[in-house]
Amino acid sequence: MAMKRIGVFICHCGRNIAGTVDVKRVAEEIGKREDVAFSTTYVFMCSQPGQKLIEDSIKKYNLDGVVVANCSPTLHEKTMRNAAARAGLNPYRVEIANIREWAAWPHEDNPEAATRKAIRIINATIEKLKANASLEPIEVPVTRRVLVIGGGVAGMQAALDIADSGIETILVEKEPSIGGNMFRLSETFPTLDCPQCILTPKMNDVGGHPNIKLYTYSEVEDVEGFMGNFKVKIKKKATYVDWDKCTGCGECLRVCPAHVDSEFDLKMAKRTSIYIANEQAVPLKALIDENSCIRLQFEKKVKEGKIKPKKNVKICSKCADVCEPNAIHFQNNEEIVEEEVGSIIVATGYEVMPAEAFPELGGKYPDVITALQFERLLAPSGPTAGIPRRPSDGKIPKSIAFVHCVGSRDPQNGVPYCSRICCMYTIKQAMLVKHALHDAAVYDFYIDIRSNGKGYEEFYHRAKEEYGVNFIRGKVSKVYKVGDKYRVQGVDTLTGRIVEVDVDMVVLATAAKGSSTVKELAKKLRIPYDEWGWLKETHLKLKPLETPVGGVFIAGAAQFIKDITDSVSQGSGAAAKAMALLSKPQLEKEPLLAKVDPEICAGCGRCKDQCAYDAITIDPIRHVSVVNEALCEGCGACSANCPTTAIQVVNFKKGQVVRAVDVLAEVF
Amino acid sequence: MKYTITKDPHEDERVQKIIEISGQNIFSCYQCGRCSSGCPMAEFMDVLPNQVFMFLQEGDVDTLLNAKTPWICAACFTCTVRCPVGLDLAAVMEAIRELQLRKNYDYVDPYKVEEREELPPIAMVSNFRKFTP
Repeated sequence: MAMKRIGVFICHCGRNIAGTVDVKRVAEEIGKREDVAFSTTYVFMCSQPGQKLIEDSIKKYNLDGVVVANCSPTLHEKTMRNAAARAGLNPYRVEIANIREWAAWPHEDNPEAATRKAIRIINATIEKLKANASLEPIEVPVTRRVLVIGGGVAGMQAALDIADSGIETILVEKEPSIGGNMFRLSETFPTLDCPQCILTPKMNDVGGHPNIKLYTYSEVEDVEGFMGNFKVKIKKKATYVDWDKCTGCGECLRVCPAHVDSEFDLKMAKRTSIYIANEQAVPLKALIDENSCIRLQFEKKVKEGKIKPKKNVKICSKCADVCEPNAIHFQNNEEIVEEEVGSIIVATGYEVMPAEAFPELGGKYPDVITALQFERLLAPSGPTAGIPRRPSDGKIPKSIAFVHCVGSRDPQNGVPYCSRICCMYTIKQAMLVKHALHDAAVYDFYIDIRSNGKGYEEFYHRAKEEYGVNFIRGKVSKVYKVGDKYRVQGVDTLTGRIVEVDVDMVVLATAAKGSSTVKELAKKLRIPYDEWGWLKETHLKLKPLETPVGGVFIAGAAQFIKDITDSVSQGSGAAAKAMALLSKPQLEKEPLLAKVDPEICAGCGRCKDQCAYDAITIDPIRHVSVVNEALCEGCGACSANCPTTAIQVVNFKKGQVVRAVDVLAEVF
Repeated sequence: MKYTITKDPHEDERVQKIIEISGQNIFSCYQCGRCSSGCPMAEFMDVLPNQVFMFLQEGDVDTLLNAKTPWICAACFTCTVRCPVGLDLAAVMEAIRELQLRKNYDYVDPYKVEEREELPPIAMVSNFRKFTP
C-alpha cells in the first residue's frame, strides 16, 4: 500500500541548512505534491519542540509516512523514528533526507542550486519511503555467559567485573598463567607499586572466583554464531601433567635435567623443561614443554622410527619419580572443549619489537636488550633479584643508556605511531636503576618526553631533579662495541652537536605492536585489524570498545598500546558493554535485513559468496538461499549480486531504490 | 662538533661547584626555552641561555667558560622571573662568571693600566668585577 498522507519536516539546523537552502520555498514546493499532506520547517528538528512538532502533526494530519529533511541519518534517524513511534506511527515509516551534508554544505556558494537539490533529494526520499513496509524489531535469544580472551590486566578486570555481576565468565589465556605482560614488570609508573603486590590479588580473585571458568595454556580454535549466541571451540594445549592432581610443589623442577630459555623471563633466564610459569602463577601448576623434554623427544623419535630403543633402556622420568601425587603422566592430553557464550571480549594485549630488529642500535649484542627484558632484570622476583646484571657476563653495570623511540615514530624502520608507554617506563626504569645501583650513571636519549597522564609529568621531573638521570634530547644513530663497553653515538639537538658516551649496557624502548597471534584470532572472530596487529574499533572516539561484529568487544592494549590505568578502565568498560547486552532476556535487532523470495531464488549461491557475515546458507533440499536473521547486518551485498532480485533488503527493495535514483538523475 | 661524555655529569666537580655557588639544581631544567625567548641580550650571545643549562647537564663546563654569553648577560633577571620550574638562571650565569673569575681570569694590574688617572673609578671597579672581552 503506497503511502498517501506523508508529512515532510524541513530542519533549518540553525543556519547550517537555512543559511544556504531556502527552506520556506522547499516546504512550499514539496507541499504541492498530492501524496504530501503536510510540510513545514522548524529551526531545530532534533530539539524537543521539534520532535513534539512531528508527534503532534502525525496525530493531527493522520500521517502514514514521514520524511525529515535534516542532517545525516547516522546522527538523528533514531531520534526521529522514536518520535514517530511515540505518536503511534511505525518507526520504519520514517526516512531521513540528508539536505545538510548533501545540499547546504557542498553548495554554500550557490544557494539557488542548493535549494533545487534539496527539493530533489526530498522528492527522491518520498519515492523511496512510499513503498516502505511497517516492520517490527527481530528478537534474538541470548546466552547469559561471556568469553574473555586474554588473561592480562584488561582481560582479568573485564572477567572479574562480569563475574561479580553474577554472569558466568570464561577466561582463556594462551600462556600457562594469567597475569599478562603486567606481571613481568618490575614496578609501575608513576606510583612505583610492584605488580607482584597489586596484581596478585586480582589474579587470585580470578583463579578462585565461583563465576569464572579459567582455561590457561589454551587458545580459541573456532568461533561460530552471532551476537547473543556464540559457539566457541577452545583448545587446551597438552601439558603432559594432570592438573587436577598437581599441587604446584615444584619438586619436579629441581630434578629436571633439561634447560631452555624462559618465556616468562624473556630469555633473561633459563627454565627447566617441566616448569611452572612463575612463582606466583595462577593456576600454580607444572607443565612439560614437549620440545625440550628428554623423554618426550625420545618417544617422538621412536614413534617416527628415527631411533630404535634398545631393550631395558631407562629413559629420564626424574620428574615423575619425585612427584608425590603422581600427576605427571607424559600423555598428550590436548583437548578441545566447546563453550556457548552470548558475548566475547578480546583483550589480547601487545608485544614489543625484538632488539635484534635494530642491529645498528646494537640489538645483536647480548647486553643491548629491550625494555621489557630489562623489566625482568629490575624485578625483585626476576633472575637477578632486582639488581641488574649484564646478560653477557653477569657484571653489575656502572653505566646504562636508555634509547627512546626505537622503531616508534619511524615508519621507515618500524611503526609510524608513538608507542605511548615508552617515555614513562623508560623514566621509571632509569629511576629504578638509581634505586638499585646508587652510583650508576644513567643516560636517557629521547626525542620528546610524552608524559600525558595523571602524575606523569611530575614523575618525569622527579627523575630529573631528584634521581640524577641525564636526559639528552636526540635520537641515537648507532651503538657499537669498544672493548668491554658499548659506545652510544647520539646527538644533542639542543646544543647542536654530536654526543658520545661509553656505557656497560643499553636498553632499547622498542615499538609496541599487537599480539603476534591476534590476526589469526581476528579472522576467526571476523573483526578487523590493522597492519600493526591492533584491533579496529567501530569509532575511535565514540565507540572505542565495539567492533563491527555485534556482541564482540575489545579491551586493553589489543585495541592500541596503552598503560595499566587505561587498560583497566577499558576492561571495565568492555565488561559493562557485555553486561548491558546480556541484561535482557532477548536481544532486539534492526529488521532491515535481507529477505529471500524462494519463488524466484535459483540457489546459485552468489549471495552466499558475497556475505561478509556468513549469514546465508543454501537449503540443500529446496535449493534456495536462507538468511540467518541474527547474523545478517543488512549491508545489501547479496542483493546487489543477485542475478534475479530474489534476495533483497527490506525497505531497500529494487523498485524503491530505482525510483529514488530516477528522481535524482532527472536532467537538472 | 662532537662532545664525549666521560663521566656522569652529576658527578662533575665543576658542575657541582656551579650548583653550590648558584644554589640552583641545574638538572631540573627541562629545556622549554623560555629563558632564551625572553632574554633581551640573547641576540648578542654565542650560547643561548637555555643551552647554558644543557651544557651544564652534559658536564661541559669548558664550553661555557670560554663562551661570551655569561659576560653578555646583563643580570636583568627576566629569565629568572619567567622560568616555569623556578630556576634562577641569572644566578647560574653569575656562578659561571665566578668560576672564571676565581681563576684570576680578569686579572688586571691597576698599575699597568694606561690613562688610569683619567678613567672614572667605577670603570676600574667593574673591570675587576666583570670582565667583558
